[in-house]
Amino acid sequence: MAVSANAVTGTKAKSRFWRAPMLESLPLRLSVIVICFLWTLPTAGLLVTSFRNPQLITKTGWWEGLLNLFQPDQWTLQNYGNVLGGENMGTAFLNSLIVTIPSTVIPITIAAFAAYAFAWIPFRGRGVLFIVVVALLVVPLQMALIPILKIYSGASLYGTFLGIWLAHTAFGLPLAIFLLYNFMSQLPRDLFESAAIDGASAFQTFIRLVLPLSVPALGAFAIFQFLWVWNDLLVALVFLGPGKDVQVMPTALYNMIGPRGGAWHLLTAGAFLTMIVPLGVFLALQRAFVRGILAGSVK
Amino acid sequence: MAVDRAQQPASGAYGTPRWVLVASLIGLVFAALGVKVLIDPQGGQNLLASIYETFGNSAGADLLHNGQGDQFIAKLLLAVVALLVGVGGIWLLFTSASTLVERLTPKLRDRIIPWVFVAPALVLLTIYLVYPAVATVIRSFFDQKGAFTLANWASLGKGEFLEILRNNIIWLVVATAGSVGLGLLVAALFDRIRRESLAKVFIFTPLAISLVGATVIWKFVYAVQPPSEPQFGLLNAIWTAFGNKAVAWSTTFPINLPAEMLIMIWLQTGFAMVVLSAAIKGVSVEVLEAARLDGASERQIFFGIIIPLIRGSIVTVTTTVAIATLKIFDIVFSVSGGINHDNVVAVRMFQEMFQFFNDGRAAALATILFIAVLPVMILNLRNFRRQAAM
Repeated sequence: MAVSANAVTGTKAKSRFWRAPMLESLPLRLSVIVICFLWTLPTAGLLVTSFRNPQLITKTGWWEGLLNLFQPDQWTLQNYGNVLGGENMGTAFLNSLIVTIPSTVIPITIAAFAAYAFAWIPFRGRGVLFIVVVALLVVPLQMALIPILKIYSGASLYGTFLGIWLAHTAFGLPLAIFLLYNFMSQLPRDLFESAAIDGASAFQTFIRLVLPLSVPALGAFAIFQFLWVWNDLLVALVFLGPGKDVQVMPTALYNMIGPRGGAWHLLTAGAFLTMIVPLGVFLALQRAFVRGILAGSVK
Repeated sequence: MAVDRAQQPASGAYGTPRWVLVASLIGLVFAALGVKVLIDPQGGQNLLASIYETFGNSAGADLLHNGQGDQFIAKLLLAVVALLVGVGGIWLLFTSASTLVERLTPKLRDRIIPWVFVAPALVLLTIYLVYPAVATVIRSFFDQKGAFTLANWASLGKGEFLEILRNNIIWLVVATAGSVGLGLLVAALFDRIRRESLAKVFIFTPLAISLVGATVIWKFVYAVQPPSEPQFGLLNAIWTAFGNKAVAWSTTFPINLPAEMLIMIWLQTGFAMVVLSAAIKGVSVEVLEAARLDGASERQIFFGIIIPLIRGSIVTVTTTVAIATLKIFDIVFSVSGGINHDNVVAVRMFQEMFQFFNDGRAAALATILFIAVLPVMILNLRNFRRQAAM
């Protein structure tokens, strides 16, 4: 608990002064509890339902299931088994990993090299090119869909993992370059001067000095991009298509909504499966995630 | 760091060792072979089949070619290849290019090396963002046969498209204001309790969930049953308990608009809360103490001091949430595909592309989103130029 506590708060000491006059009155405490309860309720319903006996899900509300917590025939793991097998969620899980990990590592790598050059190596046109990067920060990716899809069908990149890596990489690049540039340009100048005098090449300076020192910024963007790619539906639908053998988890979940809106035992289990990885990443790396959000609120 | 110039190495020792170059070039050859497997739709099966054949298991290979046998192992193999190529390939590319350039004369090398570092980014940005943005704007002025037309744009002023634009504006105003307003409220409330961080986790966690997942969560809350059957959707269970008739929240216009926007607000409030909470904690304690000594009420302090002081953060959060809201796709697409008078620009654009095969109109719809973010782009550029001393 202590870890998660410090992560979201930032500075703790200051808030204590600000709090002083209004201490924790009962109405304040109650309203906080009510807000937290309401915010969690929808997810709780999904989670409880995914473990319920399919026959009971549409007969009684999930809250009634909780009242009969100790009736063994209320609960089952079968929904998860059905979703992983019959609905191809197992394959979709692998596909999501195949799509997400390179789509996170490739843009970070490319952006780190570029940000380093923009920040520390003078070259002609550097200022203008970086302004272009800043301008691209807010361009909606919808602008890219039609022309890129045309290129992809010509180059047989449609429906391939390589194609979607490149797309996610390019869409993530402006923010990645911008964030990493902001971080790297704050590194002390002496560092680069002494590295140059020691005979280190630009590449060696990057590998041995810039990368290790930029870990906080790299990590923050990595989590940002990982969650964005893992949760993405639009880019996956457009460039990977609906094919069963390449579909990622959001596509698989979307396909389950369509034809069988009423199969709640499958939908709830499927939805929870898509959430496990991002929730795990989020809860494990909360601190870096918050840092990324604070730094990245320009997109 | 003290530097002894006498220890400067001879020029022969400059740069990365030669074996790195050799190794990364060999690695690149393998990566190129891996790309071939990845582009092939049957890549995983073919690769596993050829491995089987090498070890004399031609029966297993035949099964794989026919779409049977160890399909899952083929998938796993493909995943390993994909991760090796995707993660390793990009590093091999940079390493080999840099070490190659290092072998040139110092003058040439210093001129080329920055371009080695920025070129991949520039090439990708040009192909995937700059060129398409221009091409999409141009495309919006041409019909399916390639003739110039204003019809794509003219059609946006009629009937269902007006409805779509109206919905987008409602989304932009209500969902953005809802997220930022609630985020500010929660940040201010939670700032005054002892277990602040724990409470924040509850509000913040939905941010990790996909919009499709969030839509499923809320569709279950909104679920509706015929009157004769028990309401298992939470909202209708409460609603009917008060003697009302069950409502199809997510499919009845106009109640479906707030129902869908609530999903977005539920997700985005956590984001607004985190940024605004950090801003509130940045307000100097001395200022607050001084105001209290002067007898200002807590409400006066909040609206008169804190809000003006964190205005910058509020603007940032609002633009960020507004841009996300403007492009809203997943929620409307997975609730009903916008068939109940609830369609929005991004969903309709997708439908123009893949259902009506009208790329010209899809391009016009995308351009509308682009025009809508232009003010933010100009603002970003202006802010950047003011700070930058490049």
